[in-house]
Amino acid sequence: MQTHQYDVVIVGAGGAGMRAALESSTRVRTAVISKLYPTRSHTGAAQGGMCAALANVEEDNWEWHTFDTVKGGDYLVDQDAAEVMAKEAIDAVLDLEKMGLPFNRTPEGRIDQRRFGGHTRNHGEAAVRRACYAADRTGHMILQTLYQQCVKNEVEFFNEFYVLDLLVDHDLAAGHVPEGEEVNVSGVVAYELATGEIHVFQAKAVVFATGGAGKIFKTTSNAHTLTGDGMALAYRRGIPLEDMEFFQFHPTGLAGLGILLSEAARGEGGILRNSEGERFMERYAPTIKDLAPRDIVARSMANEVREGRGAGPNKDYVLLDLTHLEPAHIDAKLPDITEFARTYLGIEPYTEPVPVYPTAHYAMGGIPTNIEGEVLRNETDVIKGLYAAGECACVSVHGSNRLGTNSLLDINVFGKRAGRSAAAYAAAAEFVALPDEPAVVAQAELETIRTRPDGERVADIRRALQETMDANAQVFRTAESLSQALADVKALRTRFESVSVQDKSRTFNTDLLEAVELGFLLDIAETVVVGALRREESRGGHFREDFPDRDDAGFMRHTMAYRRPLGSAADGDAEGPFHHVETFDDYQLVLGSKSVTVTRYQPMERKY
Amino acid sequence: MTATIEDSPAQAGTVPTFTVTLRILRHLPADDGTAATRWDEFELQVHGTDRVLDALHKVKWEHDGSLTFRRSCAHGVCGSDAMRINGRNRLACKTLLKDLDPSKPITIEPIKGLPVIKDLVVDMEPFFASYREIMPFLITTGNEPTKERLQSAEQRARFDDTTKCILCAACTSSCPVFWTDGQYFGPAAIVNAHRFIFDSRDEGGAQRLEILNDKEGVWRCRTTFNCTEACPRGIEVTKAIQEVKRAMITRVF
Repeated sequence: MQTHQYDVVIVGAGGAGMRAALESSTRVRTAVISKLYPTRSHTGAAQGGMCAALANVEEDNWEWHTFDTVKGGDYLVDQDAAEVMAKEAIDAVLDLEKMGLPFNRTPEGRIDQRRFGGHTRNHGEAAVRRACYAADRTGHMILQTLYQQCVKNEVEFFNEFYVLDLLVDHDLAAGHVPEGEEVNVSGVVAYELATGEIHVFQAKAVVFATGGAGKIFKTTSNAHTLTGDGMALAYRRGIPLEDMEFFQFHPTGLAGLGILLSEAARGEGGILRNSEGERFMERYAPTIKDLAPRDIVARSMANEVREGRGAGPNKDYVLLDLTHLEPAHIDAKLPDITEFARTYLGIEPYTEPVPVYPTAHYAMGGIPTNIEGEVLRNETDVIKGLYAAGECACVSVHGSNRLGTNSLLDINVFGKRAGRSAAAYAAAAEFVALPDEPAVVAQAELETIRTRPDGERVADIRRALQETMDANAQVFRTAESLSQALADVKALRTRFESVSVQDKSRTFNTDLLEAVELGFLLDIAETVVVGALRREESRGGHFREDFPDRDDAGFMRHTMAYRRPLGSAADGDAEGPFHHVETFDDYQLVLGSKSVTVTRYQPMERKY
Repeated sequence: MTATIEDSPAQAGTVPTFTVTLRILRHLPADDGTAATRWDEFELQVHGTDRVLDALHKVKWEHDGSLTFRRSCAHGVCGSDAMRINGRNRLACKTLLKDLDPSKPITIEPIKGLPVIKDLVVDMEPFFASYREIMPFLITTGNEPTKERLQSAEQRARFDDTTKCILCAACTSSCPVFWTDGQYFGPAAIVNAHRFIFDSRDEGGAQRLEILNDKEGVWRCRTTFNCTEACPRGIEVTKAIQEVKRAMITRVF
């Protein structure tokens, strides 16, 4: 076992982690721990753009962007945070340009902008060109550019290190910690993939930037490695997870495969059609049609299929039609995604419409933070020294449905803020003592799985989890389907107790890590399902067929899922409309809530 | 609700299920530091839209959990899973099994020229070290403008091709010069130098050309075009290297 000491340790080297590292590493001694080489992170798969009201091509301002974000999130957005994001978006884009990001350009040589779903001029009048982009590989360029800057600044990386445990001086999952009492972070425990060695990192501040958890679903645009690690590690220490029931299904995944085709396809003029050739979005969103927010488009598509107007031999997808666009225009603006259609489905998008169906894409929920990136342990108290940013965090700027491009924006704005805050905190703070034998729990869990002679196979449990989540917790949900999913998750959790791996070695044991990741997925799935079951309304990405309307009087609050010991009295913060205690084998999930910050915009009916 | 790979419309009736044999070069290090090398064969039932990566997962998840390879995004943008498939460098997630000849075993080996750690996993550190050496970041002098730097669409197009690089190492590890001389910068590092040398905003071109003028620099390139053929992103790698060579002589870039 090795022990290291850094002022700031950042976990995750995607966009948020590296943006944080650029802030932190110039101020205090910083390490970035990543389970992948940084350039493998899934930020690189983002395609369409990053919105900022630069007004380079038409009138725009950040207040309209704020409104669109709030409305897009179906009023569950914390409006102070959305305002910060929309305002700082402009500098975030300019920062990236100065770092060298090769944006597409206007004829005047300025950063070009294009339309994107839910982004409008003057509070919904018409679609506005707000998304700054680099062809359809904006995320790739952001990831590359941030990595380039990290190389320039000689940021210290620990690549292919898996964080297994978050070290804190009060384990909230083990028992009650009175409100107001200080809880401090002291570091993390990590596993070096190449050697199997355990490393303890003592840190004054820890930033989680571990990304999403799309692998709880079967059909997803997410990478195999997006297993909710940071969220689950926080949850296991009793830190709540906020709004986990809100998962975004991106409308245009390649049918059957889930591979993402950017919303930019529709921003550039692509049209969704059903089996009758009808542009069905005209019925669901008469003003902005195909550029309605993703939750609305995904639900509309699923509805077309349900009502028998799906295309293809099994009538189970709809068509994304680009055939009316000039091939030269497609090549200039959408080269990568049209290549995906050719490579994976053998479809030529110049002449044939592309089969598409919603694919699990983005977790709106996550580790609750305030606008400085500090992690909250209830409505008001922060965990001292712990920060989170990007998809694993919930600020909440996305509310119940994230607008396209706002994720790339989120990682830049709040990655920067979290890095800056963590560095400032670490510069003034002392190290907190590590627990005695800090790695003993993580190491024992790992060894138990590695050395168990035989038992349940990781892949079987994972497949069963993904299948029940796709069948029961996807675009359409009911109490019945969600109860089924919950029962399945509980049963799978019991099976996971006897999981074993075939690879018994210490060198590059990915078999073992898939088992660890499966444990994280099960944690995330339970929070998604319990939240979805208790939220008896439909809002944004969460649609309950048995409660099809939004219910502001009853449910305009964030859910907070806490892991607590069996039989413990519910925390004081676990009150309100969602209050519920769900019992598992050796702990309970206490569902509480947190208020939504409303500044300028009172909830209105959400029409497009 | 969502279509899944099993009932995907794309292969309904069009491309049936078929059988393939994977022949995989295993490199199995023991905990005492020794390693055994052998070929393993696996016969698998696969679907028409399955990629080599799907087949590798099938092996790992259903037959032999110890089979080790890197992968992440599974659609050709993260650059994790470059490997030698039937003797050619490709990304496993971008190579459809139906496009290979299924009547013969499909051979899978790690990319060449980098130390093998386990099975298909190689040590990428020498590759990234070369990348870091060419100063892969925008270099400018003077005060930053308050707004964005201007760049015309033509200037932007000048280096578009080399911005696509995902650092998968398919090009570098297909280069015969790199195989015999691990000191050579290799195509990927030169591609990334090109991306900045020809960016109108950058002022570090001369420094980078000096670095690549080294005896292990661009002049080692023998224009075999292996790199261009190997690039899963369709970058004209050899052309980019030639443009860097020309810039070195003409100092026009």
